[in-house]
Amino acid sequence: MTMSDDGRPADIVLRLAGISKRFGDLRANDDISLELRRGEVLALLGENGAGKTTLMNILFGHYVADAGRIEAFGRPLLPGSPRAALDAGIGMVHQHFTLADNLTVQDNIVLGTEKLWSWRGHTARARARIANLAADFGLAVDPAKRIADLSVGERQRVEILKALYREARILILDEPTAVLTPQESEALFATLKKLVANGLSIIFISHKLNEVLAVSDRIVVLRQGRVVATRPTQGATSADLAELMVGRAVPMPKIEPQAAGAELLVLSGVRLVGPEGRAELDDVALAVREGEVHGLAGVSGNGQAALADLLCGLRRADAGSFRLLDQDMTGAETASIARLMGRIPEDRHAVGLIGDMSITENMIAERYRAAPFARHRLIDWRAARRFTQDIIAGFDVRCPGPQATTRLLSGGNMQKLILGRELSGEPRIILAAQPTRGLDIGAVAYVHEQLLAARRRGAGILLISEDLDELLSLSDRISVIYRGRLSAALPRAEFDVGRIGLMMAGHGFDGARHAA
Amino acid sequence: MDAIEIVFTASLWAAAIRIASPLIFATLGELICERAGVLNLGIEGIMTVGAFTGWFTVYMGGDLWTGVMVAALSGAAFGLLHGLLVVPLGLSQHVTGIGITLLATALTSYVYRVALPEVTSPPKIDPFQPWAVPIFSDIPFLGSALFNQTPLTYLAFVSVALVAYVLYRTPLGLAVRMVGENPAAVEAQGIDVTVLRIGAVMVGSAFMAVGGAFLTMSAFNSFYFDMVNGRGWIAIALVVFGSWRPGKALLGAILFAAFDAYQLRLQQIVAGIPYQFFLMLPYVLSILALITMARRAGYPRALMIPYRKGER
Repeated sequence: MTMSDDGRPADIVLRLAGISKRFGDLRANDDISLELRRGEVLALLGENGAGKTTLMNILFGHYVADAGRIEAFGRPLLPGSPRAALDAGIGMVHQHFTLADNLTVQDNIVLGTEKLWSWRGHTARARARIANLAADFGLAVDPAKRIADLSVGERQRVEILKALYREARILILDEPTAVLTPQESEALFATLKKLVANGLSIIFISHKLNEVLAVSDRIVVLRQGRVVATRPTQGATSADLAELMVGRAVPMPKIEPQAAGAELLVLSGVRLVGPEGRAELDDVALAVREGEVHGLAGVSGNGQAALADLLCGLRRADAGSFRLLDQDMTGAETASIARLMGRIPEDRHAVGLIGDMSITENMIAERYRAAPFARHRLIDWRAARRFTQDIIAGFDVRCPGPQATTRLLSGGNMQKLILGRELSGEPRIILAAQPTRGLDIGAVAYVHEQLLAARRRGAGILLISEDLDELLSLSDRISVIYRGRLSAALPRAEFDVGRIGLMMAGHGFDGARHAA
Repeated sequence: MDAIEIVFTASLWAAAIRIASPLIFATLGELICERAGVLNLGIEGIMTVGAFTGWFTVYMGGDLWTGVMVAALSGAAFGLLHGLLVVPLGLSQHVTGIGITLLATALTSYVYRVALPEVTSPPKIDPFQPWAVPIFSDIPFLGSALFNQTPLTYLAFVSVALVAYVLYRTPLGLAVRMVGENPAAVEAQGIDVTVLRIGAVMVGSAFMAVGGAFLTMSAFNSFYFDMVNGRGWIAIALVVFGSWRPGKALLGAILFAAFDAYQLRLQQIVAGIPYQFFLMLPYVLSILALITMARRAGYPRALMIPYRKGER
């Protein structure tokens, strides 16, 4: 695009110089300098915890840096003030949307753009401007709708419109594709191209290599709070970038073909009605077989959580049956399911572990009432600690010891503890819900390795994930979930990103609306 | 006169409007606080403070409207205290609110005793008098029910319209609603969450205090301890009943007051039932109304959740 190699000063719209920020002992940002040129997409690439979001929060005034300065359009930017960032023409699309669900699109966009102390808002004029911007940049969304009624993709458009409405000249997108279907991502990239053509400059934060290669002009790689490389996108390869990001070569997970056996987990005709009377699962049929990874793809919020709750026995089906290893589990207690199934829950902080209790207590949390951990109705702590130590050693958990407070561990180590607790008994059936979300590449590889090892010994694994790449590389079969309904399972030979992406948006489901 | 006929008397509805007035102010005040995401359980104490300061100002020789202003300002002061404790410091809104109620109530008795050590029966003031609105008060039924009230009652109704307008039609109102839904969104748009929330709590508390002042300056003419008598707690229920909307909350306040006025009259004509059952009636009905009406209510999403900058 308009990347100029001579880099004349006039072309630089944003300059960060020597930004450092510490949280306790952690150097989140360590002497980071970078420049953004007019009309370019600069990708900020790094693993979770590399400091990307911290850096952008400093830029946008949510945090104040310990050192360093920021210049926007040649003028120093007041630190710690989102207002100053907005006034300087910087707009930010946060990873977790900053929208109010109960208010309309227009309310969300207009907020803060008018004088607070005024007797009336300029409703009609605002609506016209929003409509114009939406048409110009391919961001169709109805200004009168409540945010709660929008799809995730539409909400993101509102976030972008918010920035454009304020005439932002620099747009920061923090992991914008994390919640989108492949098609929605394509639409987003098209919008970004239009924005850049209009002279805007964009910082695109991501840890997905393919996207970064597809959308950016230049790439800055962050690792452990430092800039480790800055290079033009042209000529960069994903293998190089992955190595820069992680600091070493990363093996890709590989599955060897193996024959699947008997059906271990079978759902048929399952219906689950939510508290608001809406069917969260509708006529769901699913069979997970011995020795296979059955992937479940879908945009978040389409019933994955309800399905996981059902399989764990936290909720009961309103219709249909649920069988596990040839036993009827339709109305079973959670405990009897837990004996047969290894469960890796979606939210390790809220559900998987109790942060303020010790590692040992967490490891026996589901089994303290029975031998070997209970003797004469008392807990045998020696047995519990031995069990915990075995998990710590066997699953390579980095921690001070079994008595450490669980909350203080990193996400990767927490997940290893859960894997240890759930997989050490070699269950024949495993439910893994978002097992790698928020983990760094090393930990992700470890989780994948463990799941594949379980597959090799013949376990049936249901892998629920929002990361399509993960599903494509690990699964023997993939089903797509959309609005509580499940597609037929596609065998590995029929895997196709485009097709699965369309299904995630509702294509092929009867009576389904095509996602806007 | 039988139990049905009473419902169609203008005097019942005039009484209902009168009983509703302090509730309208209080409910409006609580609604403003909660819309900004702050539960204010200090309401009962703040009403007590307003009842006392408004009355005391007039007793000391102040004008009636000066009394209302003083009540509002003292309410705002307690609102500021509550706001400082729960917004920047992020303390528990329940505990702080109950603390504010205890503090405000106790402080009021203390000041009363210190200022008036000699009195045996509470001194009286000349309260607001009913003022018939020209022309409107001549409308049959409606005129005597609605347009022959004291100025503070009219102010209550005007306040509902004003608050509804500000909340739904002005940029400030949008910001207040937004901060109760998602403070991060407000900060991302460059508006100071702390200032906005504390401001809303102060304004809301001022309304509560005026509701208290209504009791001593319009409904009665002197100050008694315990005269607020749970009206603050009723107002909290009315906010839920009204789904956080000023118009619906107004309706709820009038409905509750109408039951209260009705049971008073029913006590006189129905024999054989202990009067406590009639006293209970409005509360039982409000519980039933809450159960049926409020289950679907969309509460402000960020209600009672403290906001800390940069944390998500």
